[in-house]
Amino acid sequence: MTTASKRLSRVDAINWNRLQDDKDLEVWNRLTSNFWLPEKVPLSNDIPSWNTLTTQEQQLTIRVFTGLTLLDTIQSSVGAPALMPDARTPHEEAVYANIAFMEAVHARSYSSIFSTLCTTRNVDDAFRWSEENPTLQAKSELILERYRADDPLMRKVASVFLESFLFYSGFYLPMYWSSHAKLSNTADLIRLIIRDEAVHGYYIGYKFQQALAEASAERQAAVKEYAFELLLELYDNEVKYTESLYDAVGLTEDVKKFLHYNANKALMNLGYEALFPASVTDVDPTIMAALSPSADENHDFFSGSGSSYVIGRAVATEDEDWAF
Amino acid sequence: MTVAMPLEYPIAHGELVYFSTRSSNTRRFVEKLELPARRIPLERDAQPLRARRPYILVVPTYGGGSEKGAVPGPVIRFLNDETNRALIRGVIAAGNTNFGAAFGLAGRIVADKCGVPFLYRFELLGTDDDVARVRKGVTEFWKRQA
Repeated sequence: MTTASKRLSRVDAINWNRLQDDKDLEVWNRLTSNFWLPEKVPLSNDIPSWNTLTTQEQQLTIRVFTGLTLLDTIQSSVGAPALMPDARTPHEEAVYANIAFMEAVHARSYSSIFSTLCTTRNVDDAFRWSEENPTLQAKSELILERYRADDPLMRKVASVFLESFLFYSGFYLPMYWSSHAKLSNTADLIRLIIRDEAVHGYYIGYKFQQALAEASAERQAAVKEYAFELLLELYDNEVKYTESLYDAVGLTEDVKKFLHYNANKALMNLGYEALFPASVTDVDPTIMAALSPSADENHDFFSGSGSSYVIGRAVATEDEDWAF
Repeated sequence: MTVAMPLEYPIAHGELVYFSTRSSNTRRFVEKLELPARRIPLERDAQPLRARRPYILVVPTYGGGSEKGAVPGPVIRFLNDETNRALIRGVIAAGNTNFGAAFGLAGRIVADKCGVPFLYRFELLGTDDDVARVRKGVTEFWKRQA
């Protein structure tokens, strides 16, 4: 019997008061409290800013967002549902249902940006471009292949790479515009997506590590090898995709650093050590600041170089202070 | 009368106290440091951890963005103990830049509340560079405190 038909043969009512893994509830709560819709972001305030972009910059932006839409669509309709049959708990399945829906919200958000800022013709052109672009199609195929194959661990690996690595060649651009005080509302919306993807990658990676821990040493070694092979294959393709988009605006080299930085984080979500050394992950500080406003402040008290480490205000601490 | 102190680690040097959820990211970072460290228990019914000497707290941030819930519950319970609070000397926080302004927020909150320096932030398991910097920094920090 296949896993899918096993699921259909019997479903028990989910009891959230009997948890097998409290991480399920923790992540469920995090995801539901992070819930948002694009309507809450005043995208139309970006119209004047959009009009300051050159035709080439506008086309680049629409293409980047179309590429991101494709990844969100894959994750919503194929990726997250493909993880459900292997869920270890009913609560894990519910979290994947949340992830699937939220990815649909993300995909829908790009269309909100388009309808607010762009002409229908330019958007239609970009969707046509996405269907014909070989590197975009190649990355989609590399992921879908793993989603279709009968290897539950590799489904999770592919899913984490999508959530924590593949999006970032695209996310770079709105962070770049934001660092130049352009399309700032659009950037706010993208930051909400970036926050969601972090929780998705973390959770799927956690479930991957749980399942991997039960596998034999040989199997663990084989999965690690497949995972790094897939990452490198995706990386090679991602470099080509990045060049095809960003060469014209001269940003390719810094986008690559952002790819390295995020590839390391994707690996860490799977429990593996970072692959790319610090010398190739030194993303432009203004991009890091656009991502996380304090990220460029060096919280390195030890080196003495930190400009902004926090010495607490030494307030008298009462017990009730800790009732957060 | 002098009493010999059979300690493998100088008494003036503190230790690390850390919390890590089942995902174990923070635990793995701490293990890579190879410094004396004790873990705040995950389970509510476990024997609570009592600090014995000055320590640096290593705390993960529960992501999301708001201050509420950023510091894990077991860490709050640990710091609610007055003896524990009196011995804290600094904070190191784990987090993720994807959470924007809330990156490593738990560290900032604890540092502010306890009046100790926010020493360092790292992401997820921490990179080799993070490990090297923190290992060296913590060791020197205790020498200066002595």
